[in-house]
Formats: sequence, structure tokens, C-alpha cells
Amino acid sequence: MSGEAAVLARGLTRRFGDFTAVESLDLEVAGGEIFGFLGANGAGKTTAIRMLCGLLPPSGGEAWVAGCRVGRDTGALKRRIGYMSQRFSLYEDLTVLENLEFFGGVYGLGRAELAARADELLPRLGLDAERGRLTGSLPLGYKQRLSLGCALAHRPRVLFLDEPTGGVDPVARRGFWDLIYEQAAGGVTVFVTTHYMDEAEYCGRVSIMVQGRIVALDTPSGLKARTGGADMQDVFLRLVDA
Amino acid sequence: MNAADGMSGAAIRVEGLRKSYGERTAVRGLDLAVAPGRICGLIGPDGAGKTTTMRVICGLLRPDAGVARVLGRDSAREPRAVREHLGYMPQRFSLYPDLTVAENLRFFADLFGVPASERVRREAELMEFSRLGPFRKRRAGQLSGGMKQKLALSCTLIHTPEVLVLDEPTTGVDPVSRREFWRILRELAGRGLALLVSTPYMDEAGLCDEVVLMHEGRAIARGTPDEVAAAFPRRLLEVRGAGLPAALARLTASPLPGVKVHRYGDRLHVVHDDAAQADEVARLLAGAGVELHPVAPGIEDAFVELMTAPAGGEATP
Repeated sequence: MSGEAAVLARGLTRRFGDFTAVESLDLEVAGGEIFGFLGANGAGKTTAIRMLCGLLPPSGGEAWVAGCRVGRDTGALKRRIGYMSQRFSLYEDLTVLENLEFFGGVYGLGRAELAARADELLPRLGLDAERGRLTGSLPLGYKQRLSLGCALAHRPRVLFLDEPTGGVDPVARRGFWDLIYEQAAGGVTVFVTTHYMDEAEYCGRVSIMVQGRIVALDTPSGLKARTGGADMQDVFLRLVDA
Repeated sequence: MNAADGMSGAAIRVEGLRKSYGERTAVRGLDLAVAPGRICGLIGPDGAGKTTTMRVICGLLRPDAGVARVLGRDSAREPRAVREHLGYMPQRFSLYPDLTVAENLRFFADLFGVPASERVRREAELMEFSRLGPFRKRRAGQLSGGMKQKLALSCTLIHTPEVLVLDEPTTGVDPVSRREFWRILRELAGRGLALLVSTPYMDEAGLCDEVVLMHEGRAIARGTPDEVAAAFPRRLLEVRGAGLPAALARLTASPLPGVKVHRYGDRLHVVHDDAAQADEVARLLAGAGVELHPVAPGIEDAFVELMTAPAGGEATP
């Protein structure tokens, strides 16, 4: 892997037949950075994330994530990354603790390690009092925090969050972002997509994707200065709806 | 049918609505009215009772107490009559992914008994209106998120309802598509429809004529977006600048009594009550590389404050 980048993509491309979903993506995200990966529906964000997570082979270009060459060191890659999508798949008929133990177990954590990790994570997620509760009976905001916990159980170095806060109210979203900051402060790299433009402001840097290409990549304040947008909502509308 | 319920001119009127599911109370005494040509936003956290309220209005759930009327008709007693004049878009609207855009519309036209003579004209109108015309032969499963929502809305409108109930229609939709969707909603209101819309996006709350903030089954604030924002009972200092992380660290390390700090995009909002507290904040942040300005609260500030404050009565501006 070159340098210290936690995520590095060079000319990463994915075609589906005649359609190019991701066209020559170049990115470099540092360890501990919170990187916002923005774009309209259908711009190619999820395809790019699926490639970076080793779930979809690229048609061209190359990428390194958490020190692993994507497409080559797949096993090691999966142990070093965490992934949470908007349609998170928790087991509704397992308890909170059982879900956490299940996902940690899948990543090869032993019994003692699982118990210690659960004791550490559940209070931080604000879920300690709910550890014995059936997941299906939890409000959406709690499920979202548990889902984050499951993605973090094996101590990943890079965390991919694909619209993690969709449909959640502002109070729950603030709580969720406090957890994300905590992870980043602990050295975890966070790669996040969102349609909430106030959350884009929480990111150190953001990229904006339009039809498979990155059209802008900078800090939120840099993008505002460049486009003359008053806030990220305004920046997004100017760049995407141009 | 008359577009109003006579006495009040409301197209949707909810009075004293209560609904429980076993032990759990979803709605505990809600009043609500939406006039023709108006957009009312139903705002609140997950579990506040928004979806239950909408289902009662649509005649899909019977209330334990109270009444919901649509165009003067009781939704619980005359659900069929109500639904003839009402369009409901639930959170997970079921489009048929392997039918085309046009076929989905035709399916819903048949379902609502739209006469064949009228159907063609109505379909053309909705295609034009939603700008889905160029995609009429595309399968619904192949549409982008924003286009799917516009198709779902078009299906909801196929029988020319006078009242629309939309449950989080733009969740997961990007800002450009959301703006387009709200342009359509405003146009519908301009044609005299009454709209009740729930949303988790606070910028959309600002696009409504009236908002009702719901929490634990009750309305805790209501009014125009400006009125609800103005109901925020405390003062706000906005903190901006390169030293933001340092400022946040200082505020967290030495919390001032009665002062709350919220991260708000690239700035902090410091919630306080008087000039003495503002001076203390300024002293604490001196030399941190930030600027402090008093700002007027927005609807999100009001929402967060009301939602995290100890339970109280309804704040009526």
C-alpha cells in the first residue's frame, strides 16, 4: 500500500454492459478522517462502496483499503472493515446482545473477547439497559445504533456507512454522529454517504459524485468558498443540478 | 363532495384522537386540522405516533377514542367513502418493480375504478406533471429513488383525490429530487388539495404552511414554521471558525450550568438563557480561534429543545 492512506482509489471503474456506473474514481482518505461521499440517487455511490468493500470486482483501476489491495486480499480486507447500510440486517428475533455476539462471531471473535467487547460497546451505544430486549421491538433509532455496534464489533480500521441515518429524527441523528466522532477520534476512518446536507458539514472532507464521476472534493468550507453556496445544501444543488 | 366540513373549512379534521396497541399508547389525545390548499407537516421522532395518526385518517385503523374526518366524513364509519377522495402514500409504497411506469399507473387506475375514458387523460396529465413521460416504458424497478417516489405519488393521485396523506415520502431521496418532489406538492396545494406530510428532514418542515411537532403521541408545538421556531424559549449563540474543535473541547471539559452545546454542521449552537451566561461562554472561548454571534433559532433548534426538555404542556405560539 502506498503511504498512510486508509482508502486509496486510482482510476477505479465499474461498467455494467454499456453503462458506466463508476468512472475512473480517484480518492485518498487518511486514517481517522471522516469522509463524506455524496451524490444524487443513482450517481454510483453504492457501486463504488461495494467495490471498496470487496463485494464487487472493478472493471478497471485499483484500490487499497486498510492496507489491503482490493480484489486480492479479500479475506484480510473483510476483517479490517466494517459496513453498515441503510437496510441494515439485524436479526429481529434475537436480543440486542445476541445480535452483537452473532456479528462479532462471524468475524472470528472468541467467547471471552465477545463478552468483553459487548461490555465495552453497549454502554457507549446507550444500549446497555436493552441488552436482553428483542431487537424487533426496538425503535428505529436504537436499531441504527445496534447496527453500528455490529459493524464495530471486530474493531475495524475503516468503517463504511451507507446512508446510516435515513428516516431518523434530528435528536437521534445527533446522538449517532457523537458515536461517529468518538470512533474517528479513536483512529477509525469513517467513509459515509448521506442525503442530509447538515451531516455533510460534520465531515472533514466531502466528495460530490454526478453520473459516476467525482465533480468536487474538498472541505465543506472549501466547497462553499468555491461555489459561493451558503451551506452544503446550496453547494450540492449548485453542483449536482448544474 | 363538498371540499370542506362546513363548520371549519377543514378537509382533514382530527379531534381527541387516542389509539393504543395493547400496553403501548401510540396517540394520546391529538387534534389536527388541514384546510384545502394547505400543506401540514407532521414532525416527530420515530414512535411519536405519526404513522398511526395517518392510518386512522385513512380509515385503516379504528381509534380507541376521538374522531378523524375527511371532507366531513368519519374515517372509521365510512372508510370507503373517505378513500374515494383520499390518496395515501405509506412509507413503503408497493410499486410493481417488473411492471413499467405506465403499467403501474394503469394497475392503480383499475384498482380505484377510474373509468377507461378518463384513465388515458389522467395518465397523460400525471406523466406531464411528474415529468416521468420519457420513462413511461421503463420498469419501475429500474428507476432511481427520486423517480420511484414520483411514480408512487402519481399512483396515489390516479383517482384525483382532494386529500393527500404522505408518510415520509422523501426518506432516502437526494436533495435535488427532494426539491423537485416538493415543487410538485406545492403545485398540488395550489390546485386546492389538502396535504398532510410527515418528514424527518427539518428543511422540509420549513416548506409546510403549518407544522405539528409530535412527541409520545401528543402535539407539543404547532404553528407556521416561523412560529414554531419562535416558540424556542431560550437564546442561541452561534460559534464558528477554525478553532471549532478547541472550542468544543473547552465547552465539554468545563460545562457551564444550564448551558447546552449542539454541534450543528460546521458550527456550534450554544443554548443559554441570559446575558450573564453568554458572557461566561465568551470568556471560556476567548483565544480559541472562534467567533460568537447571537442567532435566531431555526425549527431544528426548537425541535431538539422541545424533544429533549422534560415533558410539559403544548407550546402554543
